[in-house]
Amino acid sequence: MSMLQRRHLLQGAASLAALGLAGCATTSVPSKARVLVVGGGYGGATAAKYIRLLSDYKIEVVLVEPSEAFVSCPISNLVLGGARQIQELTVPYAALQSRHGVTVVRDYVASIDADKRVATLASGPTIAYDKLVLSPGIELMWDSVAGLKEANAAGQILQAWKAGPETVALRRQLEAMPDGGVYAITIPEAPYRCPPGPYERASVIASYFKQAKPRSKVLVLDANQDVTSKGPLFKKVWAEQYKGILEYRPQHKAVAVDAKAGTVKFEVQDDVKADVLNVLPSMRAGAIAVKTGLANSNGRWVNVNYLNFESTAAKHIHVLGDAIQVAPLMPKSGHMANSHAKVAAAAIVAELNGWEINTAPMLTNTCYSYVDTGKNVIHVASVHEYVAAEKTFKTVAGSGGVSAAPNELEATYAWNWARTIWSDALA
Amino acid sequence: MTLRAILPAALLALGAGNALAQDASKALHLKALAATCANCHGTGGRAIEGSAVPGLAGMPAAYFSEQMKAFKSGARQATVMHQLAKGYSEAQIEQLAAYFSALPRN
Repeated sequence: MSMLQRRHLLQGAASLAALGLAGCATTSVPSKARVLVVGGGYGGATAAKYIRLLSDYKIEVVLVEPSEAFVSCPISNLVLGGARQIQELTVPYAALQSRHGVTVVRDYVASIDADKRVATLASGPTIAYDKLVLSPGIELMWDSVAGLKEANAAGQILQAWKAGPETVALRRQLEAMPDGGVYAITIPEAPYRCPPGPYERASVIASYFKQAKPRSKVLVLDANQDVTSKGPLFKKVWAEQYKGILEYRPQHKAVAVDAKAGTVKFEVQDDVKADVLNVLPSMRAGAIAVKTGLANSNGRWVNVNYLNFESTAAKHIHVLGDAIQVAPLMPKSGHMANSHAKVAAAAIVAELNGWEINTAPMLTNTCYSYVDTGKNVIHVASVHEYVAAEKTFKTVAGSGGVSAAPNELEATYAWNWARTIWSDALA
Repeated sequence: MTLRAILPAALLALGAGNALAQDASKALHLKALAATCANCHGTGGRAIEGSAVPGLAGMPAAYFSEQMKAFKSGARQATVMHQLAKGYSEAQIEQLAAYFSALPRN
């Protein structure tokens, strides 16, 4: 494409976007997007906003997302502990449309034709694109635990790993549980979404039990050999604050559940019975990534070129967040998805303008975990640089680290982090 | 104008176009680098209302560099920033200092 043609297209896109703005919240589905963003989580919402920002609002962006509003997974464990309400973690998509001119379409993408560069929505219409950003999150692999799909559908055994109605429902189960009852969480083998999340959840619920129903127990049944994130910090908290309440058992890989009996079966160890079962099955890239043939790492995760997050399986499809095969020490976290989105957005803007893409992108991650119902927090932080010789991201030598100990100051920063990153992605 | 006159002019224009594209792409890369701060300090370095961490937009360049270097060396204590600052080179810190200082505070 010549420079002139490209300029013409960009101007066309800009005037289309202006029309979209003038028309306010349009309900019609555009037939064409310069960039189509699929999924409005930490990765997708950030990508939609930053492609608009970094292109000086010249590149048209359409975001397809089935949910009415964004609900944050980070902080959702506090809803389980009773310290926050789900509404406080919910952010509308309206500002992406009204402030940034992103066309937001509430629908699912049912299929993607990577060769023709066309996506088909569940409701029928198609949207053609120049670039597609796919941020589908994770799919829970129900079949990895026999009986779980049915027990979950019946509302008996919840995951609450995708924040929303299940988070609220699990809180209700915990409230209804009698004092002296047992809550058990099972953790799948890594990699899974949010490495420290299960341990934070166990800690927050133990804290709630300690205050509200002190004869109750928390069982942490982990398929892994050991705590996969912030291990020494969590274990110290458990020993000092939740002794006799929280019990950690490694090498417990859940393979089946019996919702009626309230039991979990494990690959090796004896069955465990609990009043409230919270079973997290294995996870893989969101269904649309698998269906499109992008999950070329063990059939579970999407290999990408880390310079622009383009799938190695399909041109012009850039994949972000939890769905990708991660680089060493790169967590599947909301903060990391937001970081992926900015690198991808800049690369897409450069590519559509015919400019050089950045050969030295950077990523950061800061992940806070509560160790009680909202007062004390620990963190892990890292900075990642692209290493050209190895074509991957690596942590910058000497950077990053964890908290020395749980502290109240970081609880202030954790909540501030959440409010700021929601704003960075959605406001 | 003769063809002989047009050609050099066109070549000159092409060269200028390349230089412009290079400037634009450099500016884009710097914006993307600055965006690594936005997750906690706000989009474009503008902190959210009632933020517990400072906004970076409009921060004097010398102050920004000084603080980042103090975080790096450990001279300034922090919960997280001392760990993150160590991930940025001196050159990146100078670039970010210049970038944020040139932005309006609001």
